[in-house]
Amino acid sequence: MSTPMVDVRGVHKSYGPLEVLRGVDLRVQAGEVTVVIGPSGSGKSTLLRSINHLEKIDRGYVTIDGEFVGYRRSGDRLYELRERDILRQRTHIGFVFQNFNLFPHLTVRQNVTEAPVSAQGRPRDEAEALATELLAQVGLSDKAGAYPRQLSGGQQQRVAIARALALRPKVVLFDEPTSALDPELVGEVLEVMKALARSGTTMIVVTHEIGFAREVADTVVFMDAGRIVEQGPPPQVLDRPRHDRTRAFLSKVL
Amino acid sequence: MTAPAVIEEEAAESAGSLTVVKARHPGRWIAGAVVAVLLAMAVNALITNPAWDWPVVGAYLFHPSVLHAVLFTVELTALGIVLGFLLGTVLALMRLSRVPLLTSVAWGYVWLFRSVPLILQLLFWYNLAALYKQISFGVPFGPAFFSVDSMELIGPVTAAALGLALHQAAYAAEIVRGGFLSVEPGQLEAAAALGIPRARQILRIRLPQAMRSIVPAAGNEIIGLVKGTSVVYIMALPELFYQVQVIYNRNGRVIAMLLVAAIWYLVLTTVLSAAQYYVERRFGRGLARALPPTPVQRARRILTVRRAARRQRLAANGGGQR
Repeated sequence: MSTPMVDVRGVHKSYGPLEVLRGVDLRVQAGEVTVVIGPSGSGKSTLLRSINHLEKIDRGYVTIDGEFVGYRRSGDRLYELRERDILRQRTHIGFVFQNFNLFPHLTVRQNVTEAPVSAQGRPRDEAEALATELLAQVGLSDKAGAYPRQLSGGQQQRVAIARALALRPKVVLFDEPTSALDPELVGEVLEVMKALARSGTTMIVVTHEIGFAREVADTVVFMDAGRIVEQGPPPQVLDRPRHDRTRAFLSKVL
Repeated sequence: MTAPAVIEEEAAESAGSLTVVKARHPGRWIAGAVVAVLLAMAVNALITNPAWDWPVVGAYLFHPSVLHAVLFTVELTALGIVLGFLLGTVLALMRLSRVPLLTSVAWGYVWLFRSVPLILQLLFWYNLAALYKQISFGVPFGPAFFSVDSMELIGPVTAAALGLALHQAAYAAEIVRGGFLSVEPGQLEAAAALGIPRARQILRIRLPQAMRSIVPAAGNEIIGLVKGTSVVYIMALPELFYQVQVIYNRNGRVIAMLLVAAIWYLVLTTVLSAAQYYVERRFGRGLARALPPTPVQRARRILTVRRAARRQRLAANGGGQR
């Protein structure tokens, strides 16, 4: 078996006395889509934020394409990286937020070109061309000059996806990308994500959209109380869950 | 089935043949008239009372010595604001940093310079030479490479600019810090998640969004400082307020000269207020769905609406009554 694109090993994370992640192991192969489901407070978002080091983990480690995230290994020691190096690592990891977090004072096009130019040092015309291509891919070519607040929630999230893809990341993390959207806008975002999955992008998606998981996921992961309870192909986890907690959760959301 | 039909009939009637009579507001007219009369009285009192000495005001308004004083006031203000906000921004960043010593030094600075009255601070700087005769540059606590006389290094103008800037920096630090804190945390997370370098995060993402709350407060400060420079008169520097005092001590036209100064302060603050409006507009981009119109655009719009209404009225009168 090849080395996984994302390798999460024994990750622990506490906020004060509250233990949010209690030893999480997760492997995601290149080109795979992993969907993480679970009740709120189960640690799904924290896990996702640990993968790109937005949260510093207390124990365990994460590697992306064999590289330690947030640390440098020398022998059997892990040295904490400086912020500059962590920022450089993050350019390999796309992140899509629940609340989009687009930069409101920049146009759609500037939102997409900002990181490729300033974080990766790409030439501006190359970044512009890439932005044009990505905005077409998410169906927003005509909105390049608009400001985020002039767009609907669904359109904003599609811009956010284009912005994440502009870094040409090795993996894209989605943190409940449709939870802040009006119901009729969820579909357009999921369509973009499905197309992305079909094109072979490695994705980890935290979501409550069970239908999306069933249709797109290679692996569904069910988390509860800071642990992965079970994982497997969608039919196995969603239709024949082995654990009571999975069954209880699914009976509520389906 | 019958009820909706009746309502429809009524609606058709009101839309077609009923005339709308606008409500009268006699109270508004009376209030308007009272204020108009009071205003006219005030203007009359200003113009007709010879004690205001308008001819003297006119003679001195553009007098070279007054113009020089205005220029000096502008220079002092500019120095105070630019240096003050530069240092203030550094202090704000120190305060927001993760280094405890930097945080507390920044806090201490703001505490000290906000607590001591400006006039006192200015006098301290003015008298610095009495405290430290020489200022040396070299290794801290070690040998000095060269020294200068405090008197030479810090003349009255430098002392004034320095005093204003250092005092201003304390306020500016809090304004800039407040602006930075007003930026939604999600914005910084997004910038960090995209791997945007730290300095770029501050300049490109954080500062422009902070400016929206910094600019109104900074506008206040600048306008405050324009007038605040008048405190410098205690150092006998020829800014506007000191200069008019010099003139009225000579010619005895106290009121007229104070008016000259007041007019110039009005002019300066008016220009600054207008500038502030446009700067705010600039940083409001993308934050409202559409930018508010500029005064010029607004005036033009009102005129077109009026004109259209009048045309409509004429058309209605012509068609309806004959």
